[in-house]
Amino acid sequence: MDTPSQDRPIKAIHPRWQELSFTAKRFFKNPLSTIGLAILALFLIIAILAPVICPPKYPDPYKIPHAGWQIQPSPPSAGHIFGTTEEQYDLLYGIVWGTRSAFRIGILVVGANLIIGILLGAIAGYFGGLVDEILMRITDVFYSIPYLVMAMALVVAIGRGLTAVIIVMIILEWPAYTRILRSDILVIRNKEYIMAARASGSSHFKIILKHILPNAMYSVLILASMNIGATILTAAALSFLGLGSQTGTADWGQIVSLCRNWIVGLPGHPFAFWYTVFIPGFVITLFVLGWNLLGDAVRDVFDPKLRRK
Amino acid sequence: MILVLAGVSILVFSVMMILPPGQRLAAYVTSERVTPEQMNAMIAKYHLNDPAPIQYVRWLGNILTGQFGFSVTAKEPVIKAFDDYFPTTLELVLYSTPLIILVGVWLGTLGAVRKDSPADHFTRVFAIVGYSLPTFWLGLLLIMFFYGFVGIFPPGVLSNSIRNVVTSTGFHRYTHLVTIDAILNWRWDVFLDGLYHIFLPALNLVIINSAMIMRLMRSSMLESLGQDYMMTARAKGADAKTLYKRHARRNALLPVITVSGLTLAGLMGGMVITETIFNRTGIGWWMAEAATQLDVSAIMFNVLFLGVIYVVINLIVDIIYAYVDPRVRLG
Repeated sequence: MDTPSQDRPIKAIHPRWQELSFTAKRFFKNPLSTIGLAILALFLIIAILAPVICPPKYPDPYKIPHAGWQIQPSPPSAGHIFGTTEEQYDLLYGIVWGTRSAFRIGILVVGANLIIGILLGAIAGYFGGLVDEILMRITDVFYSIPYLVMAMALVVAIGRGLTAVIIVMIILEWPAYTRILRSDILVIRNKEYIMAARASGSSHFKIILKHILPNAMYSVLILASMNIGATILTAAALSFLGLGSQTGTADWGQIVSLCRNWIVGLPGHPFAFWYTVFIPGFVITLFVLGWNLLGDAVRDVFDPKLRRK
Repeated sequence: MILVLAGVSILVFSVMMILPPGQRLAAYVTSERVTPEQMNAMIAKYHLNDPAPIQYVRWLGNILTGQFGFSVTAKEPVIKAFDDYFPTTLELVLYSTPLIILVGVWLGTLGAVRKDSPADHFTRVFAIVGYSLPTFWLGLLLIMFFYGFVGIFPPGVLSNSIRNVVTSTGFHRYTHLVTIDAILNWRWDVFLDGLYHIFLPALNLVIINSAMIMRLMRSSMLESLGQDYMMTARAKGADAKTLYKRHARRNALLPVITVSGLTLAGLMGGMVITETIFNRTGIGWWMAEAATQLDVSAIMFNVLFLGVIYVVINLIVDIIYAYVDPRVRLG
């Protein structure tokens, strides 16, 4: 894939900038990545403007206001643009503030995993030996238990709630990051430039930070960008099962679970309560789709195997 | 492998140790009602305040001798409840796994062979959307449309009338898998009713899980189509069918085998959601109930069981891999 820019005479710009503009060009060449970015930008705006779109009524903004306790959901109206769920929780409010919850879950979990994964992966890959052996056996164990099932057990043990869900997912996901970084470092560790750095008297810390990580980071970053969507899905599933936030919290999975009694509708009106089933689930799908498209784009752009073909 | 299993047991035990002794007691209780005094007596009796390593050894001893405790949600001993629930899950796995793999491999191959055609675009959109759909939401939509709107494929395991047939004395339950028992008993009405109820949950699992296999198959197939041996085969005059089926697909399937194994094992996680939504009383449904009601012994047993399944499936995958890939077999 030859871009026109490569034919132009090379100007005197710093190679790092050149790389960056090449990356950006590749990124935006694919319409899917632009769509993904647009979806996420939309959600980001909603999350930032949440207090403007839906001013909170309680000191805790994540508590969805509800008008009365009537069980049956009410359809979209002027007061409730998306309608309400059972017990009259306002759907729009839940969706808007739920965007913040979703971002928080995705970023916290993946961010924490990146930190843990990089730290442990670098130690295991660079130093090897007994530490490496122990860490890898631990990841083996984590790998051999179905994720969702283990997450359920841990949430039950820690105690339900959104914070518990976040903690559990951090506990369960770090092995993947650690392992992938370790295997990349193993390849780099014995390269000549590392030996050169060592021979010139650099400390281990400096070698890892300046020579190894910049070259071994890509797989982990790709994994992270592709994992955010899956992370949000798992969190939503746990909330749906009643292990996440309490009823009435602005958390998408929890809002979907409120529709379970209303799937079939009324006699003669099978889709009478479509809004309470369709809207929250659709929002989750759209959000996850945005992250997945972005993740694919990041992989295409950064994966050295796909980068320059 | 033994090492991994030991690790799994330690992990499960550590999770259990987070809980206070009163809740861990469930692993030893065999009846439903226990008074607080009895509870304290039992905590003392079973030494639930001992140091963790001692408790671990004792717990492992119990597990190895088949004492798994009492399940509050199932209202019977864990091992008996497992006997009741597992066949329903196994049946769904048996029907959906081959479909997941076939659909994934077929669509992936199609996309790669006809790269950038409408069929390819369709499969790619299918994959990325399937990848992004929450299992529980898709299940709800399927029920809303098929059961609510069209009025077919009801949730549950069997219709009431058919359930009476199955539980009657004339019906021999050889395997406890409804559809297979039905064939062995020559009861086609039971067989069809079983399929009628299994279709929607299986469809749900297939849509979600085949997406990943499809993606992998497509990229793997594209890679193998670009290899030199394809050019060789073409130069030797092989027709398109032989090219794709014998030369490209056989090589492209290798990484798919690994992922299929993982999918099959991961299907157990999807079971929790799917069985809950479609009201199928299998171990996934049991897990969900147990988790909401703090039924510790049921949860721990299932985690342990699924961990063992995972390890065994991985072992099988390794064996299959060695069998189909001469580079591994002979290398």
